[in-house]
Amino acid sequence: MSSEQNVTGRPLVEVDDLRVDFGSHRHPFHAVRGVTFHINKGETFGLVGESGSGKTTIGRAIIRVNPVAGGEVRYQGKRISGKLSPQEDKALTRKIQMIFQDPMASLNERAKVDYIVSEGLLNLGHDLTKERREEKVAKALEDVGLLPEFASRFPHEFSGGQRQRIGIARALIMEPEFIIADEPISALDVSIRAQVLNLMSRLQKERGLTYLFIAHDLSVVRFISDRIGVIYKGQLMELASSEQLFSHPLHPYTNALLSAIPMPDPIRERDKKLVVYDPSCHHYEQDKPEWTELEPGHFVLGNQRELDGYRNKLGQ
Amino acid sequence: MEEKPILSAKDLELKFTLRGKVMTALRGISLDVYKGESLAIVGESGSGKSVFTKTFMGLTDANGAITGGELWYKDTDLTALKTEAQWRKIRGKEIAMVMQDPMTSLNPLKTVGWQIQEAVELHQGLKGAAAHAAAVEALKDVGIDDAERRYHQYPHEFSGGMRQRVVIAIAIACKPQVLICDEPTTALDVTIQAQILGLIKDLQKKYKLTTIYITHDLGVVANVADRIAVMYAGDIVEIGKCEEVFYDPKHPYTWALLSSLPQLGVKGEPLYAIEGTPPNLFVEVHGDAFAPRNPKALNIDFVERPPFFEVSPTHKARTWLLDPRAPKVEAPERIRHLKEQGVSLRVQ
Repeated sequence: MSSEQNVTGRPLVEVDDLRVDFGSHRHPFHAVRGVTFHINKGETFGLVGESGSGKTTIGRAIIRVNPVAGGEVRYQGKRISGKLSPQEDKALTRKIQMIFQDPMASLNERAKVDYIVSEGLLNLGHDLTKERREEKVAKALEDVGLLPEFASRFPHEFSGGQRQRIGIARALIMEPEFIIADEPISALDVSIRAQVLNLMSRLQKERGLTYLFIAHDLSVVRFISDRIGVIYKGQLMELASSEQLFSHPLHPYTNALLSAIPMPDPIRERDKKLVVYDPSCHHYEQDKPEWTELEPGHFVLGNQRELDGYRNKLGQ
Repeated sequence: MEEKPILSAKDLELKFTLRGKVMTALRGISLDVYKGESLAIVGESGSGKSVFTKTFMGLTDANGAITGGELWYKDTDLTALKTEAQWRKIRGKEIAMVMQDPMTSLNPLKTVGWQIQEAVELHQGLKGAAAHAAAVEALKDVGIDDAERRYHQYPHEFSGGMRQRVVIAIAIACKPQVLICDEPTTALDVTIQAQILGLIKDLQKKYKLTTIYITHDLGVVANVADRIAVMYAGDIVEIGKCEEVFYDPKHPYTWALLSSLPQLGVKGEPLYAIEGTPPNLFVEVHGDAFAPRNPKALNIDFVERPPFFEVSPTHKARTWLLDPRAPKVEAPERIRHLKEQGVSLRVQ
């Protein structure tokens, strides 16, 4: 357990040996294979991996869209995976919200912004008056930097960045504690990405929100995350604070991800050697890999021989 | 670069008619592309970069028309081409295109080999076994192992990166002179992105292709482009060699694009964001189109459109800041020392 956790008390979200399977029972596909991490209150946890690595599946398992095949997810110390009472279910629906990847696809084309943003409230059966609801929508839109008048428009009238703001407003109106942001900016232009990232940072500061930020690009995650987990084929490869991960990455896959970040620097970029991760570089037949904490808060998956190499690298 | 350009646009103007309203998508754009070079056109969504390159292939939407200027491919006047038959001599054969999304640009009902072979038969006049061999050869060219077997597979059996390789194989199978890559890696993961860019670069060398990259991300082209053209609101605002644009950018819009890259952000500080939105092209633009979003815009920026000022024989920018009478405005701090310091991803 890391030291910061003792200061803030119990972590907000705990994912414990999580496993998620798809397909039939006879031929299951193990999308997530024994993933363990926690997210402290008020922090941003970045989950990075390529398509098909299971990063979205983990997010969806936490928000209870994908059923859990093994292990459990705890929220404020209480188990939230598996069967829940309707009261618990409702409370969690409000507390945990999600922001989706593609703002072109995730908004109902036929509904007005007013309805899109307030749909969550309606679903929870809040006996809201019309005035009170409109007030809340206007407030949520203002919070994400949009004009309250936009409530009467349709999604197609907005640009990609504005749509993503609507997606954020829709999550905010529920007054959540924890937001799962699944690649919230990868469908946006680079110039718009900064606006959305800054908005998310500001909202976090103002409301003490906790984020799970899912992405495939380390350069973006670096910017917003306190701690980062690197996932490959359903398993965590490395988990560390942003500082640790960028100053001494250990796992070869992390190094591959780092080397793939394109740099706005032509001369050095041309000399760069691209690291390609080859899973067969591990020899795990006899010497099984273990999830080991090599320095406080810095975990890596490796067998004894690899771990010794990593320790050397850290100068231990 | 004294030779004749392979592709050349002069004061090209293109207008769309939408519900009776006229939108000027290209506002007198000029660009020369030389044989064998690799040029990147960088700009935000709606800057007209895709519209511009689509004119090279006669793929402009039906409600759009070239209303002024010239467009040449070698000695062919592209503005004079009217019928599909005329275009087919250029499209695919001379100028080929790789589209953004490999999920939608392949036919899901046909094997990938057939899709390559179709292009080969159409443009190279090969038939049967010869066409088959050419298609397999193209698959090998783009780094797909076991090409004979993969030939018979369907697009859904390929991953995103592999599909983009197939799309590239279709484009190069007809041995085009010019390859236009429209956001070739936007739909892909970073690790795959680097591999695909490397592949295009290798193919360019191998076949002496002229490549044009279109992207919104300045970060990805540092490695692949010889020259960079920055587009804003239907016109090029800055063009120069790769090093010149990255290490010595002159236009405030180029500054803004560079500064907003997350690679250059400092953790704990807000990222640089370009405020506002690109101009509405249904309305005529006065002066420098970027002026309303530029906090340091000069008065003249709102009145008169700046001409191109030459920075070096290969580097020019459309900004009044380069006028000898203009006040001295320096590029933002975070991009000023790129050349000396490089980019550090460390988090302090």
